Formats: sequence, structure tokens, C-alpha cells
Amino acid sequence: MDFLVYLIAAALFLGLLGLIAFLWALKSGQFEDLDGAASRILFDDDEMTSSKPDDKSPED
Amino acid sequence: MAGCLHCGQDTPADKVIGDGFCCTGCEAAYNLINGLGLGRYYERRSVDPDTAPLKPDEDAAVIDYSAHVHQTKDGLSALYLMVEGIHCAACVWLIETVLGRTPGVVKARVNMTTRRLTLEWDPQLAEANSLAASIAQLGYRLVPFDPRMLGVETQKEEKELLRAMAVAGFAAGNVMLLSVSIWAGYTQGMLSVTRDMMHWLSALIVLPAVAYAGVPFFRSALSALRNRRVNMDVPISLAVILASAMSLFETINHGQHAYFDSAVTLLFFLLIGRYLDRRARGRARSAAEHMLALNAGSATVIDEAGEKHMVPPNQVPMGATVFVATGERITVDGRVSEGTSETDTSLITGETIPQPVSVGSAVFAGTVNLSAPLKIQVTAADEGTLLAEIVRMMEAAEQGRAKYVALADRVARYYAPVVHGLALITFIGWVVFSDLGWQPSLLNAIAVLIITCPCALALAVPVVQVIASGRLMRQGILIKTGTALERLAESDWVVFDKTGTLTEGRPELINADEIGPDILAKAAGLAAASKHPLAKALVRAAPKAAPVAGVREYPGQGLGLRTEAGEIRLGRRDWCGGPAVETDGPEMWFAEPGKAPVQIRFEDRLRVDAPEVVAALKAQGYGVELLSGDREAVVVKAAEGLGIERFQAQCTPADKRQRLETLANEGRKVVMVGDGLNDAPALAAAHASLSPSSAIDVSQTAADVVFQGQKLSPVLEALAVSKRADRLVKQNFALAFLYNSITIPLAVAGMITPLVAAVAMSSSSIVVIGNSLRLTRRRIKSE
Repeated sequence: MDFLVYLIAAALFLGLLGLIAFLWALKSGQFEDLDGAASRILFDDDEMTSSKPDDKSPED
Repeated sequence: MAGCLHCGQDTPADKVIGDGFCCTGCEAAYNLINGLGLGRYYERRSVDPDTAPLKPDEDAAVIDYSAHVHQTKDGLSALYLMVEGIHCAACVWLIETVLGRTPGVVKARVNMTTRRLTLEWDPQLAEANSLAASIAQLGYRLVPFDPRMLGVETQKEEKELLRAMAVAGFAAGNVMLLSVSIWAGYTQGMLSVTRDMMHWLSALIVLPAVAYAGVPFFRSALSALRNRRVNMDVPISLAVILASAMSLFETINHGQHAYFDSAVTLLFFLLIGRYLDRRARGRARSAAEHMLALNAGSATVIDEAGEKHMVPPNQVPMGATVFVATGERITVDGRVSEGTSETDTSLITGETIPQPVSVGSAVFAGTVNLSAPLKIQVTAADEGTLLAEIVRMMEAAEQGRAKYVALADRVARYYAPVVHGLALITFIGWVVFSDLGWQPSLLNAIAVLIITCPCALALAVPVVQVIASGRLMRQGILIKTGTALERLAESDWVVFDKTGTLTEGRPELINADEIGPDILAKAAGLAAASKHPLAKALVRAAPKAAPVAGVREYPGQGLGLRTEAGEIRLGRRDWCGGPAVETDGPEMWFAEPGKAPVQIRFEDRLRVDAPEVVAALKAQGYGVELLSGDREAVVVKAAEGLGIERFQAQCTPADKRQRLETLANEGRKVVMVGDGLNDAPALAAAHASLSPSSAIDVSQTAADVVFQGQKLSPVLEALAVSKRADRLVKQNFALAFLYNSITIPLAVAGMITPLVAAVAMSSSSIVVIGNSLRLTRRRIKSE
């Protein structure tokens, strides 16, 4: 059953990676505007150059 | 009838201007958009016919945006604006593109969820008011706000919940993997060493996760206990902590059963419920939260030497003379000592039609001086004004309502002692009547606590509320307070305000046929020169009329145009030489030299569906009542038109509150529907309250529910949904108790294994959620 040691460790590590990714996304404001993000993707021109998603909103 | 090319509203067939526009504002907006080459906006947008149309509002108050500009670290200017009127992504695209093309603008970003616009620009190249004006011209309404003051607390709380949820979800997923192996191990002969290792691994994941993700519950439970109360979070916290502690104990002692998975899954489910709950209400709150101190302003005091000084309102001495320029907001209470003008009292009385004032008339802080400069002898300033008094009444009434206890907390009050008593009895029972030691007895007692843990109970209310408020929000109805739906469901009496609630809140021309198109066009040509509400109503009624040059405005009298034959006048009756006719509504007169003056009558029209809503409410057994600050004759007419038998005219804010208290003493649960600052105390005093979103911020703050749009039917919908939600919550409680009545005997008998606990808890939660989802399905029949 030695392989369990590696497998469980690997599973936990991958899960943890996902968790950290989520917390990072939360912190960097990726969830600030869910409705907007869902719709912006439909506009494929570059009119909206002035808006980059990395901007932290001022409310933070 | 074709729709207006810009706002999509029907263009009235009799007064089409240009090609297919309903008003000049829409035409200007359309030309602006096409001029920038952004015509694709019209292809992209998808307008919900029920939402308020995108229509440039020429009546909007002029806000000086430059006062709200912030400086960023990079030397740029920044402005934070709430945008009203965004209904789809195309609006976001349009606003961002229009601003992005303006030279000097560095950043323009609309948050579609919160409807907030962040605007940064180079102060050398652009200017706040012109940037804001370009958006206002498209038909959006802008309100500046200070991001530092707004909803920081709720946002922090929301983020904390989301983080806790992520951690709990991660832990729950991983522990469930281990738990399934353990359960499988029971039948396949897993070695106890392997099982112990699995248990230790679970402990390693769950204990830190519980310590982190449980904090929102622990904190709330602690603060409740400190106030000697019990809320739902007390049994939740106890169950989670005891389950973790007992599992740790079992793990150390190489025991067979550990409940780590139950503890953390429970936490995960509860956090989902709580997060959704917060988020649904967070949006409504943010819409109503900005009671901006826009009208704090200052007063211009004239001293004995005749010099003018700007003084903060709280330092104006009694008896001083204050000068108020045309268009300025009055900041003190007093009597007019010089000048004749009209005031816009909509903030105080909700009345949109200007009130004439002359020497000796009382004027109040918060009203706007419309047509001519005034000098006012101060009788009260700052805290002594009627405005301050109304705000105080509202706050007092709100405190009274804060005592209302949510249904879930009332249930928790009985639930917690019963469950904790049961656990104690189980423990004593096993110690006394069996030869097991105290340790296995304690384990059984803890199993009782875990299995009764109010997963289903704690979900019973929030899930229904989230679904109900989501359903209402899609129809433009925002629920602001957590117990609003419960209180609405209990109500049996509806009290309406008139102006702005039953009516649309702005004057409309009613006798166009009597006047005839020629005179109407001439009058409208003159009226175009004025910002007066009646003049604007006249222009709305005849948008084709071309504005005439050379019109002179006579303050407090009207408009005049010199011609060879003499002066053409549009204005007050006596000034135009009109005969003394009895009228019960606002009027204007139009006089041409050598012809008889013509009366132009206006009326604040009832909302289209008001009679149906009142009839439906009566049919459903609600008592309907009308309380208005308006004159007797007008109120009687409106009440008769709507079929309301109980009404009261000329109510002051205090009268309204008094009436609501009388009704409450009679045992009525009253829903107040109103707008305007004069209604705010009544809104706060009522059992539950609704306010149209066109209302000013203060009454939105006092109301539980804010609804959008031109119709009154949201009142019906909110009441119907609340009734249905109430029934579902009660069903959920019944389901939760049914589940408990099966599992508690099992737990008391000591027959609960981790597998049984996991299955029982998950299935009860799913049943409750499934039952709540029925609220989304079909249309609610009005009962």
C-alpha cells in the first residue's frame, strides 16, 4: 500500500493548488463583475481597449 | 405604431418628430451615437420591455460633478458614479466606448453587476461635467458616490464568506474521498492501521478548515450568547465543534467511527446558503445605500451692512436674512421677506408641481427655489429644521422595527434547548440504564447533536429567500432587509401615498384637444425656453414645436415674447389676464394680443395599472387606504378613480405615522407604499414598506423593498411572492422536523454510523433545497 502515500499527497497537492488559485482570483478582483464578464466576451472588437480586467476596483 | 429609434418606446402618432423619435432628447442621443460610428449599439442591445426605457431625462437635477472628483496617485482625476439605466451589456459597451474615445480619458470601466462606473482622466485634457454630460445625454442617470463610504463592510463580509466557502469546499471534497475509502473498507476488510492513517489524514485537512471556515458561525454564535440569546448559529457551531472534537478523540483511540466528513460538509452547505443570502441582498443594499450629502451645501447670509457671507447651515443665526439664488437649494427654514418665486418641494412633500411663494410664505430646508431670487428670514436652521425633524422621526421608527425577530431565530429559540436537552437525556440514559462506560455514552449523546444539527433547518429560510429575491430582482424588485419577505407575508393592510406612488409624479398636459394644435405649438415654442416643470410638460406634449428666439423669462410670472402686435405671454393666470375659473389642478395661461387667453391644464396622471392593482388587492382581502399630503379635492378625485374608500388628505409626515400607529394598535399589519421624504417616517414605522425606485434616496433607505419601472404591479408581485415564500419556508421546517423525528430515535438508540449521518444529512438538505426551488417554477396565482 506504499503507493497510497504518494497518491494521497499528490491529490492533496493538486487540490490545494486549485484552492490557492481560487483565493488568488478572489483577491485580484476576478469576481467583481460576473454579469459584465459574461457579456463582454460577446463583443469581439477592440473598442473597449481602455478597460483591462486586472484593474482593482476602487471599492476595495 | 413604430417604436422610437432610440428608447424603443411607442412614438405617439400625433406628434412624431423627425423620423421615428418620441422626443428631442432621444433624437439627440441617437445622433450622438451614430455620429461616433457606434450605431451597432442598437443591434446589440436586448431591451427588456418591462424595464425603464433608456430615455434622456431633461428634468434631471443638475449635479456639479467636479465637486466629487478625486485625485489619484498618478496625478489623474477620478470620478466614481452610479449609473442608472444599464439594462444589458451593450449599454456597458456604449458607455465605455463613448468615454474611451474622449481625449484625455485614461480609464472608463463599468461594473455591470453593481452598475458603477469608474472614470479616470487627465485633468489637462478633459473636464468632469462634460464627461458626465456625454453619458447623461445618452439617457443614463448618474449619481456620484464616494467609494470609501460605500458598502465596504458588506463587501468585506461577502469576501470572507466566499473564502471560507472555498476552504470548506476544498476540505469537504478531499475528506469525502478518504471517507468513501473508509466506508468501502468496512466491507472489504481494511486494516485498522490503514483506517487510522485515513482518519489522521482527514483530521489534518478538516481541523484547520473548520477552524478557518467556521469563524463566521462561531462569531455570530458567540455574540448571540453574550447577549443571552440563542440563534441558529449556536447549535450549528456546537455540532461542528463537537463532531470534530469527538472524531479527533476517536482517531487518537483507534476508534472505528470518525465524523470529519459530516462536520466539514455541513459547514460547506451552510456557507453556500449564507453566501447566496448575503449576495442577493448586497446588491439591493448597494442600490439604496447612498444617501449622499448632496444637499448639505451652505447658506448665503446677508449681514446688516448688506454684505453676503457663505455660512455652513449649522452656524446660521436665528432671525438672520438668507439670500437664495434662482435654482439654489434652500438650506434653512424661514419666511420669505423679499421676492416672489416658486419652490420645488418634492423632497419634503413628494409634490412635483412648484408651489408659489411670496412675502410671508413659509419655506423649508430641502426645497429648491425655482424662478426668482428670494430673501428669507431664518426661523430654524440645521437640527431645528423640518427636514431634520423628519429624518429624526424616521430613525426613531426604524429602531422600533429592528426589534422584529426573524422566523429562523424564533425557531432556534425553541429548537436549541430541546436538542441540547435531548442530548443530555441520551447521555444520562445510557450511563444509568446500560453497562457501557461514560465514554461510549457521551459518544451517543454527541451523535444526537450532530444528527439533529440544523442543516435542513438552517437552509430552510435562506434558500427560499435567495430564490424569492432572485425572482423578484429579475422583475426589478429589490429586497433590502432580511426579514422583509416575512413581514410582507404577514401583512393584511396596504397604505398608499398618492404623489409619485399611485401617480407618475410629473405633470402632463390634459386638455390638448381644447387648446388646438396651433396654439399648443406656439405655447410650446415659448415654453422651450424655460426649465419650469409645467413648461417642460408642455414641450413634451408638443415636441415638434420649434423653440422661438427672444423669449424673456419674468421671474415668478411666466414667459413673454415681444412681437409687433404686443407681447405674447405664457404663465400665471393673473399675469396673462385669465378669467377667474375654478380649477383643481396646476394650470398655465397663454395670451396673445387681441385674443382671449387660453387655459392650459395639467394633471399628475395615475400610473397605468394603478386601478387594477388596487382592485386586485381588495379582491385578495387587503384593506386599502390612501394617505396624501395633497389637497382634499385632488385626493378625493384620485381615491374615487381608484375605488379607495378610506383616504385622508393634507397629511403631514407626523399625521401619516400617527395613522399607521393607530392601525398597528388595531392589530393590522400594514404595508406602506410611498416615496418622498415626507413618507420616510411612515415607511419606517409600517410593518413592511415599499418604495418606487424613482423616489429620492432617503425614502429608499427607509423602505424594505424598492421597485423599478412605471407600473405599480410590483407591489402585487412582491406580496404574492412573499406569501408563497412563507408557505415554502413552513413546509421546509415541517420537512426538517420530519427528518429529525426519524433520525433522532436512531441517534438516541446509538445506531448512527458516519455513513448513516452523511446520507441522512445530505438527503435532508437536498429535499429542502428541492422544495424551495419550486418557487422558481410557475407563475404565482394570486390568491
